[in-house]
Amino acid sequence: MSATYLGMPSFPEAAGEALHNVTLRANLRHATHTIRDKRARAVAELADWAELREAGKQIKNRTLRHLDRYLEQLETAVTEAGGTVHWAADAEEANRIVADLVKATGEREVVKVKSMATQEIGLNEALEAEGISAYETDLAELIVQLGDDRPSHILVPAIHRNRGEIRDIFAEKMANWGRPAPDGLSDSPAELAEAARLHLREKFLRAKVGISGANFMVAETGTLVVFESEGNGRMCLTLPETLISVVGIEKVVPSWRDLEVFLQTLPRSSTAERMNPYTSMWTGTADTDGPQTFHLVLLDNGRTDALADEVGRQALRCIRCSACLNVCPVYERAGGHAYGSVYPGPIGAILSPQLRGIQSEIDASLPYASTLCGACYEVCPVAIDIPEVLVHLREKVADQGGKGHRLEKAAIKAAGWVLDHPAALAAGERAASRTRKLHPKRLPGAGAWTAARELPELPAESFRDWWKKNRT
Amino acid sequence: MSAGPYSRTSSRDRILARVRSAVADAPEAPEPARDYLTTHTPDDPAAVLDLLHENLADYRAIVHRTTPDEMPWLLMRLLAERGSATVLVPPGLPPEWLSAADATRIHDRSVSTAQELDAVDSVVTGCALAIAETGTIVLDAGPGQGRRRITLIPDHHICVVRVPDQVVASVPQAMSRLDPTRPLTWISGPSATSDIELDRVEGVHGPRTLEVVLLQG
Repeated sequence: MSATYLGMPSFPEAAGEALHNVTLRANLRHATHTIRDKRARAVAELADWAELREAGKQIKNRTLRHLDRYLEQLETAVTEAGGTVHWAADAEEANRIVADLVKATGEREVVKVKSMATQEIGLNEALEAEGISAYETDLAELIVQLGDDRPSHILVPAIHRNRGEIRDIFAEKMANWGRPAPDGLSDSPAELAEAARLHLREKFLRAKVGISGANFMVAETGTLVVFESEGNGRMCLTLPETLISVVGIEKVVPSWRDLEVFLQTLPRSSTAERMNPYTSMWTGTADTDGPQTFHLVLLDNGRTDALADEVGRQALRCIRCSACLNVCPVYERAGGHAYGSVYPGPIGAILSPQLRGIQSEIDASLPYASTLCGACYEVCPVAIDIPEVLVHLREKVADQGGKGHRLEKAAIKAAGWVLDHPAALAAGERAASRTRKLHPKRLPGAGAWTAARELPELPAESFRDWWKKNRT
Repeated sequence: MSAGPYSRTSSRDRILARVRSAVADAPEAPEPARDYLTTHTPDDPAAVLDLLHENLADYRAIVHRTTPDEMPWLLMRLLAERGSATVLVPPGLPPEWLSAADATRIHDRSVSTAQELDAVDSVVTGCALAIAETGTIVLDAGPGQGRRRITLIPDHHICVVRVPDQVVASVPQAMSRLDPTRPLTWISGPSATSDIELDRVEGVHGPRTLEVVLLQG
């Protein structure tokens, strides 16, 4: 994945730092609570939400089961509609293909629609190394790019920034990239949005090459779909002469009709709206409308590894709505950066270790970045059982061994024995209650576990004893 | 494509082979059940129209209702109120709609540059259809709508919906009427961003004012 994230500390370490950042926690709490409440109202408007969710799940499962067939069908349809299809096995190959395509146009700058796939492969950095400037045009991505920062949320990448911070970034940095921020810029969202409009408009109107991802690709028709709000996506998809779309292979759906499900579930789950302001759909090239050259780069980059895992493959159903981030108590406190990946939150905790493997410290720690409360599964519009995958990945990490996991295995084994022997359990509980004054606040030898957790206080007597005394 | 360790064919074959081996033992996934509703709204044209009006307005589109007779005067008024000196016109827009307007008509030609379009004050178009439940208008680049760029660059877009022919209740009803081979743009309210503390601000890059005219009869 992106070089930006190499050498990231493990989740507990990174989260520990974030927990002490009061501004970050306040920004995140405000944002996640606002959007989760709005989402619940938007979802409640549809009486058939459960059926739409089930249909979305089944469409994606069907797609994944026959992914080879649908990718070949998509390739044929896109080609017949005037596009060119490329296949990229990994990030390096995808970046190479895009850089060569841009160079072939003779251009040295490109405008970009916000795209998780291009962030995942570190495309901007790869293009920069080739002398090509890539301008992010989504307002939040612009804030991240100008601030030399990393995105921390799938949908609102600058969610960790408040208006004052954004004002400072615009005032200091816009001039380095083009049109400077207006003098006396205030921190009102309307003024900040206006500054971004003026700054980016000069880039849109002259851009010859646009780069995007896609929310969906339709195998049957070769249609690509981008959901957005600001119109920056429309600008990048409409005005340039050449359009290059980099899309994960799991984004395909079999039929045109399938979109009717996701057009209802994605906006409500992500921005909590009945519909996002703009959705663009294009099928190859059109005679005088939009880019005259269209390239589609189909990206694997670990997706086929995830597909091979029978429990974990359901993560590939993800439509990147970010509802799971907004309900997660761990994300709310730790923030997106702690996950060390462009995919933060619960979905990131299962997707990143599958795409990248579990060898690195950060990836081995991600399946533990959860309380397993299950809220993420409840809100997921394609019913990904994130807790199930987390537990499955924890087992893999534990099997791999390494720091911390030997003790964990011993503890689980001991717990298993005790729970199988009721008399021992009762005796243990009684002994624990009687000695509770002597218990340390931190468990010796398990610092990794207790550093972020207080040990629960033990009651004066066990529940069994209490029950015997009061109820029998 | 490029020289180097990769060639297009080998990556294609490699990815497809990896997919096949990954799902070789996966359980069969049946055709998806479509137990969801095709509409959430009673089949009553007046109620559907009211819902469209309400949902368009909820996302800050300015909604007008008019008749063919009143149409030229309404458009004249809307352009005058905004002080628009120039108005973009797609090739197939009914000429009578703008017959009373004072603004200079700019006809979209394929040679018009983005900078030229940026200097135009307003644009008037028709649409392919409108969806009541989501407050969405859909453009498909038909003759009364023109290229996608003309409804994107000017800051003021007036979109005309023919009632009841172009009004559907729901997203599933819209899908079955649209042609995926055409360039499609779905518009739900004016351009908006929620990237700053999730405060919704209308108008970033697309038109900051969207007026929808519901043309009855």
